[in-house]
Amino acid sequence: MEPIIAVVVGFLIGCSTYLMLQRNLVRFVLGLALISHAVNLLLFASGGLILGRPALIGAGSATTPAGSANPVPQALILTAIVISFSVMTFALVLAFRAYQRLRTVDTDAMRVAEPPLPPPPARARTKVALP
Amino acid sequence: MTWLLAGPIVLPLAAAALTRILPRGSALQRTFSLGSALGLLGLSVTLLASVWRNGILAAQIGDWPAPFGITLVADHLGAAMVAVTAVVGVATVLFSFADLGTKGLAEGFHPSLHALLAGVCGAFLAGDIFNLYVWFEVMLISSFALLALGGTRAQLDGAVRYAALNLLATTMLLTGIGLLYGLTGTLNMADLHLRVQEVENQGLLTVVAVVFIVAFGIKSAVFPLFFWLPASYHTPKVSVSAVFSGLLTKVGVYSLMRVFTLIFTQDVGYTHQILLWTAGLTMVTGVLGAAAQNELRRILSFHIISQIGYMVLGVALFTPLGLIGGIFYILHHIIVKTNLFFVAGAARRIGGSANLKTLGGLYKEDPLLAGLFLIPALSLAGFPPLSGFWAKFLLIEASVETQNYVIAAVALAVGLLTAYSMTKIWVQGFWKARPPETRRPRPLTPGRRRYMLGPIAGLAAVTLAIGLYMQPLYSLAERAATELMDPSGYVRAVLGADRAMASPAVALGPAGGNR
Repeated sequence: MEPIIAVVVGFLIGCSTYLMLQRNLVRFVLGLALISHAVNLLLFASGGLILGRPALIGAGSATTPAGSANPVPQALILTAIVISFSVMTFALVLAFRAYQRLRTVDTDAMRVAEPPLPPPPARARTKVALP
Repeated sequence: MTWLLAGPIVLPLAAAALTRILPRGSALQRTFSLGSALGLLGLSVTLLASVWRNGILAAQIGDWPAPFGITLVADHLGAAMVAVTAVVGVATVLFSFADLGTKGLAEGFHPSLHALLAGVCGAFLAGDIFNLYVWFEVMLISSFALLALGGTRAQLDGAVRYAALNLLATTMLLTGIGLLYGLTGTLNMADLHLRVQEVENQGLLTVVAVVFIVAFGIKSAVFPLFFWLPASYHTPKVSVSAVFSGLLTKVGVYSLMRVFTLIFTQDVGYTHQILLWTAGLTMVTGVLGAAAQNELRRILSFHIISQIGYMVLGVALFTPLGLIGGIFYILHHIIVKTNLFFVAGAARRIGGSANLKTLGGLYKEDPLLAGLFLIPALSLAGFPPLSGFWAKFLLIEASVETQNYVIAAVALAVGLLTAYSMTKIWVQGFWKARPPETRRPRPLTPGRRRYMLGPIAGLAAVTLAIGLYMQPLYSLAERAATELMDPSGYVRAVLGADRAMASPAVALGPAGGNR
């Protein structure tokens, strides 16, 4: 099971890297959404995937049975999902507001906060023909 | 005891909620905001005093025993960082009264500021690494709100860059945490210290360590991951960028310090070598970037980066003196850098511009402000007898002690270039005559002057006090560094004496044996 998850995580991270390297801000946000899913899957696999042995404490026992599945990663994922959900909402709103105010989603064209570009270098002086 | 540790997190969170509910823009809202900031200062000083007397404090939230529940820990480093955070919090609330006024933006500022302070304090007190991540997110969300406050075009542009890279960093942090949990099966940092030594595949652990370097590296804006910082810090309101400049990147450095002394010490030759190179390059690129800028806050933003290099250098050297220097540097830098942003804000308010080309004659306009600028500026550059001198002195001595002469030379040269930038601000902004075509400077109104120069003078006094009487802060940094170099005390405080004694780690390194 773990190798499959590993391949899926790798694939998702590859896709999200591709998306995040684009100039389009919307694609970047989508890439961010995708990578957070990839990381959630990675967290899921980090505890080891054990089939059919839930971490339930039996009657008269104080601990979970030996070899039972690790419940902690799922709690972690739950937290991570909630956080990434709220962060993603913010990112989408931010991207939308940026589009409204800057009239572009091309990150290369967004440079209001940067100092103005220096003027292009002066052209080389035309050669004066020697007499 | 639990309350003493939870207080610095609960109080700002409560304040964030209450300042949101209280009538917007009312005097009540502002009074409450200031009261809470002062309360946080009181709490953090109590916490620091308690840690100073009793050693490391740990609290298990909800009485869940240590490696399983949520642990809050205050060692000397954490408690000192919380105290400095509180100082910055009070100064920022006061400054915002003048900078943001009473209506409009101020209404949204106070709730988000307190949420930010809660996140920062939480990160400094977190005892397990997943909680550290959660506090990073709390901090991040409130910083988004603060950064976009006002919503001008430049701000949105800066916020996009800031959000993009910081979200990527937290995702990487989460990846690192997941991989680390897969290797060790624990999240508690004290427990991690013991478990990483039992991991069979130590090479994999080094890979995870590098993931953490990148994640915290983006957060703390080190070379070559710093691009979000100078793209965004000069865009928001001055009160906002001041508190950002003081606190945010420093949480990243703090996390590097924590993680690379407590958890990833199995391959110091590799990981800390990366940190050493990073530190040197960060110092140089930051200071050279600053030299090319003409906008006040952009100059100062690049200087944050260069100063981060010094702090990372403290971790990278991984000697007691190096860590003392790094910790001393963080504590001094938070005060100084916040103060310089305040001065930039006041200068912009008077001169009507933040660009050195159109500024001028500020000394003539407000000699007191000019005098107060000199203290943090010279301290940043490392002039004796100010706090920055001691911080740089300790780090350079630590570098020489470990035969890292190149990095010592770099640190000295960067100090000189910092002095160049500060002189540039002094000459162009304060000293030279105002360019004739620019608008006539407007002196601050008396009320505004009180709330702007008050915090500036207060922080300058702290800088001066540290410089002239550095022994108490040095002792504090020394104790903090001792705890970092020998984590057995930390482990004992969190997990109890039995678990700590049972581990081979403590048997290998007796207390103080490596010094």
